[in-house]
Parts: sequence; structure tokens; C-alpha cells
Amino acid sequence: MTSWRVDSENPDRLYTVTGGRSRADENSLDVVSLIVSECEPTPGMQSEHVRILRMCHRPTAVVEISAELGLPVSVVRILLCDLLDTGRITARHPPSAPAKAQLPDLEILKQVLVGLQKL
Amino acid sequence: MDFRSSEQPARTPLRSTTTTGLKIVVVGGFGVGKTTMVRSVSEIRPLSTEETMTRAGVGVDDASGVETKTTTTVAFDFGRISLNEQMVLYLFGAPGQERFWFLWDRLFSGTLGAVVLVDTRRLADSWYAIDRLEHHGMPFIVARNNFGEPAHPLERVRDALSLSGDVPLIDCDARRRESSKAVLIALVNHLSTLSSARESIS
Repeated sequence: MTSWRVDSENPDRLYTVTGGRSRADENSLDVVSLIVSECEPTPGMQSEHVRILRMCHRPTAVVEISAELGLPVSVVRILLCDLLDTGRITARHPPSAPAKAQLPDLEILKQVLVGLQKL
Repeated sequence: MDFRSSEQPARTPLRSTTTTGLKIVVVGGFGVGKTTMVRSVSEIRPLSTEETMTRAGVGVDDASGVETKTTTTVAFDFGRISLNEQMVLYLFGAPGQERFWFLWDRLFSGTLGAVVLVDTRRLADSWYAIDRLEHHGMPFIVARNNFGEPAHPLERVRDALSLSGDVPLIDCDARRRESSKAVLIALVNHLSTLSSARESIS
């Protein structure tokens, strides 16, 4: 069971889904961070959490989870932070974001080029 | 294929060895062909999602003490290309309108680079996007989506966009996979050139 408290009377789905919280640790999850389940869903778990755990048997990007659940990215980030905090998922982060006016690593670009040429 | 769950349509999962997600953003006005370009190279049918942001109003119009809030919602499409065993490239088709740029840092910081897709009949739609990319320090190239015979030589387009000489400007047909692929390769080549120049300075 989770400690999730849902006000079942609340009509606003997004509010309900996130338990009324509006912010996640925004810097921790990129839209292309890859999420991997570390356990199976358990009875009583919030339905969105169950769907995320099923979806992420194979690595799945945050933005794909968002599209699949039909929820905005920011809401999905909050749901994922819950699962991260309890060790139910892990995240594979992209290479650290280049600071403003910085450029991607040459070695990464080389690999991207090879991958694209094979398309 | 994973048909475990009946509530979800069949998805094509990534390889379990995938560790690194990368992003490229295709920016352009409404109807210019962003999703068409994403679809032509993506290994999955393009998906769409949205992001919202609520901001406290900055109005100072009354003394009632009521805080006004505005919600910004931006919808965007995306597709993906598995580059190798470890790397997957996500391609985002994003609108260039003003409200989108409030969300740029939240969604697209760390993007490798951008493609500005332009339609010569509506060049003005791209001025704002180009200005914003420059503001964000995001390297980009410009691709003219060409349906049929070009009405203007590319150099006229460069002039009309006040594009500096070092920003690549190319023609493409976003419906064709080979053409969209060439656009992405042109962007990555441009990024490599910029990166090499930077490394040789430092």
C-alpha cells in the first residue's frame, strides 16, 4: 500500500492525481530521462503508478509516459518523483545539459551522425 | 512486442540496453510540416503530449489583493530514432508562438540543436522563432519545406530572414524520409563544426 491520500471528491483530475502538489524536483527529470521499473505494481497502488510500472519494464522516456497517460509532463514528473523516492523506478539521465551557449560533446555528435546515416 | 496490458495500444519499447536520451527540436509555424518531418524519420508513429505552466499574474491593476494566475499550455508532437544500442534521439515538433518559449527551459534545455522549418509563403512566422533561439543560445539550421518548384532562390530567403551567413539554410521535402534525414545530418554537421571551433579555441 502507498501512503497516497486522494481526495476522491475533487473533480479536478490533475489535482487528484498529484494529491494537490504542484511542483516536483523539476531539475531531476528531463523529458528524455529514461525510466525503468524496479518492481511490480502492488495492490492498492494508485492507478497511474501501476500503469507507469507496467510501461517501464523496458526503458521509457518521461515524455512517452506523458503521452501514454494523457497527462502533462509536469504532472508525470510529480508521479515519477514519488516512485523514485520509494525506489520503485530508476532513471537514466541524459548527458548533463550544456549551459547556455555551450555545445554538445563532439563524441556524442559523432555517434549521432553515424546513427542517422544508417537510417 | 509487449501485449501484456489490454488497456494500452501496442507500443514499441526501446531496447533494454538504452541508456541515453537525446533531443532535437523542430520549430515552426502552424501547418509548416513539423509533424510531417518527425513522422518521416521516426521509428514510432508520432505521439503528442502537452506541458502546462501556471504563473502568478504580474498585474498591479487593483488593490483587492487577489492574485491572478495564468496557465500556459503548449502541445507538442514527438517521434524517436534509436541510434545504436545505447542512444535514442527524440525529435520534437514544437510551435514557435510566443507562449511556447516560456516553457523552453523546462522542456528543451540540453537540446542538441534545433531545425527551424519555414514556409516561404509565411516567412514572418519564423522571425520570432529565430530570434528566440538566438536568445537561448541554441544552435540551429533553417530548412525550407518545399512543395513543388521553389518560388524564390534560397539566398532571397536568407535575406528575408536576416540570417547570418554561418547559419546553414537548406531545402527539404519533409514528407520524404531521405530529405528529412539529410536535414538532421546537416544540423549535426553544423553542431560538430561549432563544437570543433569551440574546442580549438579553449
